Amino acid sequence: MRILPKHLLNAWVERLRIDHRVVAPRESHGQYIFDEITSADELVLDYHSSVLPPKKYFLPPREDLFTFNAKTMEMSPVIEEIEPTVIMALHTCDLHAIQLLDRIQGTGHVDQHYQARRRKTALVSIECMRPCMDQAFCKSLGTLSVPEQFDVHLTDLGDRYAVDVGSDQGEALIRGMGFFWKPSDADYERFNDVMAGKWPNFDYRLDCDVTDLPNLLGASHDSALWDEIGERCLSCGQCTKVCPTCYCFDVVDEIDLKLEKGKRVRVWDSCLLEKFAVVAGGHDFRSSRANRLRHRFMRKGKYQLESYGLLGCVGCGRCALSCPAHITPIATLNTLNERRQASPGESA
Amino acid sequence: MTTLLRETLDHSSIYMPTPARIVAVEQFTELEKWFHLELPSGFTIAHQPGQFVEVSVLGIGEAPISICSSPARSNGAFELCVRRVGKLTEALHRLEPGSMIGVRGPFGHGFPIDRFQGKDIVFVAGGLGLAPLRSLITEVLDERGKYGRVALLYGARTPNDFLFPDDLKAWAARGDIECHVTVDRPTDGWDGHVGVITTLLPKIDFPARNTIATVVGPPVMYKFVLQDLLAKGIAEGNIWLSFERQMKCGVGKCGHCQMHHIYTCQTGPVLSYAEVKDLEEALS
Repeated sequence: MRILPKHLLNAWVERLRIDHRVVAPRESHGQYIFDEITSADELVLDYHSSVLPPKKYFLPPREDLFTFNAKTMEMSPVIEEIEPTVIMALHTCDLHAIQLLDRIQGTGHVDQHYQARRRKTALVSIECMRPCMDQAFCKSLGTLSVPEQFDVHLTDLGDRYAVDVGSDQGEALIRGMGFFWKPSDADYERFNDVMAGKWPNFDYRLDCDVTDLPNLLGASHDSALWDEIGERCLSCGQCTKVCPTCYCFDVVDEIDLKLEKGKRVRVWDSCLLEKFAVVAGGHDFRSSRANRLRHRFMRKGKYQLESYGLLGCVGCGRCALSCPAHITPIATLNTLNERRQASPGESA
Repeated sequence: MTTLLRETLDHSSIYMPTPARIVAVEQFTELEKWFHLELPSGFTIAHQPGQFVEVSVLGIGEAPISICSSPARSNGAFELCVRRVGKLTEALHRLEPGSMIGVRGPFGHGFPIDRFQGKDIVFVAGGLGLAPLRSLITEVLDERGKYGRVALLYGARTPNDFLFPDDLKAWAARGDIECHVTVDRPTDGWDGHVGVITTLLPKIDFPARNTIATVVGPPVMYKFVLQDLLAKGIAEGNIWLSFERQMKCGVGKCGHCQMHHIYTCQTGPVLSYAEVKDLEEALS
């Protein structure tokens, strides 16, 4: 652990800006967004949640995969070489989400587009002291503290930050900068008090244990609840856009008027949208809104864990906030749990 | 020899295809064409029967298509049988010999042919389902001694819809594979079997315990064929099906082909009935 006095925070960020693009939460129209900052003054460390999660820096909403000439069949990959980037003030839920994305994009067929951006990006996270919004359920999902892999993590100790370094990439952001002090015994004591003090500020929002979530969803496959919330779902796909762990995409070709030069582009897609699972002959194997909603919940609470060893939901609450039909994971999962208890052994 | 997928290259992209040349085209039916493709020198397709490739027409897009030729006979070349049914396949059908397309793959898991040795095998093909099965049939017939009795049941809509007519003739003439074909609707001059594909199943009297069934066809066919195969006593793990899904990436990332927990492009497209029997999205 090291100590960063608060009055040196801006100096550190300005120092990082010399050789990094620094991305941080900043205020925009009464909400917070992750954006490149042009001055350390724009940085906000105490923010509730961002509209979009930081995944946009690794998987942009729209990105070129390769360019081509359809006449000559020449093709050239577009691997964006971003400048060294630091994303500041990530909440730990978002850090857990990036850990899952790292695993998915790095497992099996490795996605070089993701890797190129990710490799050049260091993550500075911050310990959350209070729930950022009513629909967050990070404590229930175990994402209220840093995951195994992190670069630099800050904990607010009042007039100073406790700074933990979790990687070489993180160490490089700290070493030799002159802003960081050795912690005193009092700092350690203060740190322990702050950490102990924060937990009661958060409630367990799910009525079942996180380890029981896959079982709950498995037992709820044929639940009538999917039809009930499916009736309300507008299939708008907002929940997947704001989700820090959603990464499904569509692929489209663009070509010039001479039908020669073009590029293949991928864009964010959503399994909630109507045509997502339609095959060439027109058969749709997930045609109802209920089934598409169920698929999303199953992915988040069961399938991703089975495939990648990590839950697909980090409890950030963004989907609940963005849903025009007020479908929320907390209410959905708790209702499933309630019905399971009411009729054990049967499908809720 | 280099495979087609650019995944070991740091500054390349797993989404970028390799060019392939169309060397021959044959119109099988009004909707289906057969394409013979050649890879640039040094490249090999190295596929298992039942695997697919992502086929690109640059400027139009990409779609997953099963390889219909035998791996053993590939040697830098391979074949596809394509139904004109969407934007990409429309464009593909307009191409003539000499044209270039892009290919990525092969992807997923095909038929586990090593586990078929010493077994009796029934190939059940409905319509275009013969295309991926042809890859397997050719492989099995090339090493005929490794397997027990072998039969093909093939159903088409009308006598004008049969694919691979030369192969059908050659297989029927071999004598070491039972061939039964049927049509849903006969045309004038057809004196063969009429009826849906399940009406051919009683013709097969292989002992169920030693029989493998490989089934490829339209979604509606699976339910009925499965009922009859299970009624015959063929084990759930010995029935293999291929699933057509909208694989946009082929590499387990885009999400479109996922049915329940299974990424069809990775774990499939060929899966055993035992693996999918409880999956509503696989067999509904």
